[in-house]
Amino acid sequence: MSRRHTPGRSKGVNGWLLSTPALILLLLAASGPLIIVAIYSVLEKGDYSGVRWILSGEGWFRVLFEKDIFDQTISLADANLSIFWRSFKLSIATTVITFAFGLPTAWFIATRPAKSRAFWLFLITIPFWTNLLIRTFAIMEVIRNQGILNTFLMHSGLISEPIQILYTDTAVLIGMTYVYLPLMVLPLYAAIDRFDFRLIEAGYDLYASRWQVLRGVILPIIKPGIIAGSILVFIPSLGAYVTPRVLGGGKNMMIGNFIELQFGQGQNWPLGAALSTVLLLVVLVSLLVYTRASSRDNPNG
Amino acid sequence: MDKRRAFDVTTLPGFTTIAILAFILLYAPIVTLVIYSFNGGNSVNQWGGFSLQWYAVAAQNEAVQDATARSLIIAVWASVISTTVATMAALGTTRRGKFKGQTMIYVIINQPLMVPEIVTAVSLLIFFSSVKVATGYSGLGYLILAHSAFCIPFAYLPIKARLEGMDTSMETAAADLYATPWQSFRYVTLPLLLPGVIAGAMLAFIISLDNVIITEFVKSAGQDTLPTYMLGQLRRALTPEVNAISTALLALTILILTLFVFVTKKRD
Repeated sequence: MSRRHTPGRSKGVNGWLLSTPALILLLLAASGPLIIVAIYSVLEKGDYSGVRWILSGEGWFRVLFEKDIFDQTISLADANLSIFWRSFKLSIATTVITFAFGLPTAWFIATRPAKSRAFWLFLITIPFWTNLLIRTFAIMEVIRNQGILNTFLMHSGLISEPIQILYTDTAVLIGMTYVYLPLMVLPLYAAIDRFDFRLIEAGYDLYASRWQVLRGVILPIIKPGIIAGSILVFIPSLGAYVTPRVLGGGKNMMIGNFIELQFGQGQNWPLGAALSTVLLLVVLVSLLVYTRASSRDNPNG
Repeated sequence: MDKRRAFDVTTLPGFTTIAILAFILLYAPIVTLVIYSFNGGNSVNQWGGFSLQWYAVAAQNEAVQDATARSLIIAVWASVISTTVATMAALGTTRRGKFKGQTMIYVIINQPLMVPEIVTAVSLLIFFSSVKVATGYSGLGYLILAHSAFCIPFAYLPIKARLEGMDTSMETAAADLYATPWQSFRYVTLPLLLPGVIAGAMLAFIISLDNVIITEFVKSAGQDTLPTYMLGQLRRALTPEVNAISTALLALTILILTLFVFVTKKRD
């Protein structure tokens, strides 16, 4: 086919021009403002909110340290560190648990007959597209003191007092596992769906046990899917805001809530901006690790 | 496949059990929420018989009416705007061959999917609060703009997928028959692309309708959407009214998703 016939080529409109409206919109209301955040992080905080246009390292300093009001001694900000640690710990735990449930679920869907596979996949997509807030409410109904879990346990005589799950780290963990599970299942499914099942047969023919087949054949081949799923769960977990706010009850803050606090009651926009920048950098590094890992492991795309 | 019969190589020990358990755990809370929205009792804790009273309460609540209207206005605008620009961008990035900077366009378009939403929300709060002071305008425009930008990748992906799966020979034929670029787009490309465009618009609509965090940070006083209204209600006690609103939103989501599956399947 000659180049002359490439559809639309005669328009003389290049890809850039057609993409321009989308790019302008995104630069205006998505990418551009991120630069403002970075700038605000190095300014001095205003009296109530906002900033003064004076260069200051205070925002970044306050991410990790605090200064005593009286004797000006510098120490590590324990409150902040415990929030970072909680965010990191809960995000890792969420990733691990969603993987433990997600792998069998994705495997189950991928091994259904072609006809019913679409149905099972649809069952995963419904929660995926359902409002995060609604799903958080739903899990709250289950775990609160008078919720179905406690009612059930008390009726069955296993416990005499309701277990306080709501407003604890456990509640946040349960909630995040619940809302992010579909994000783990979908990329794992995509990886398993492309999997050549003859490789398993070959494994068994060579007297591998089921465990050896799983570890030696399946997991290495679907590794790109595992990495993709882990990143897709880890990033939103780390930046989670709604789930810890609703299920953590304000006390058990994660980074997302801590950032919001700085723009609300905390009235420290530079600190909030610095924290946002940190979160952004962590995400950037995770994505770089992901692209590296997936391009190395999967040269065929 | 006969390999299933003797020794099913696709079975792994415990996998089916865990998978079924995962499906039950995924649906049990949602089902509970839906059931309790039909609770006739006044408390969220006790079942007082089947009733639609909480739907009536929600429907008569003026704050809910306002929030619903606002949510729909924003979602319609955001899906129309984002789908229009996403369609153009998809045509630009899939129909011109490779060109310089294409990867950068991909990165910018997909950026809302990668950046934690709280960071986007905070950045928009900072940016729009200055704009609000400078212009004195504090209408719905900010929310529509923010939602439109955030929805672009969701509209873009199904449209791009459709374009990539389309046979270009029809467009080539149109060009060979001296159709102007606009004619071949209007009468050949667009009709073929339409299922992708509709699918993209649906996803954008759902994403806008469900958005909580960005809306919470960008909205001015008295600009609650349905999700931010629900989040605000949570500061007080949990009411069955919130369950009723959730169930209504859930029903709408499932309806749109079913239509989505229907629209995207027709390609075969």
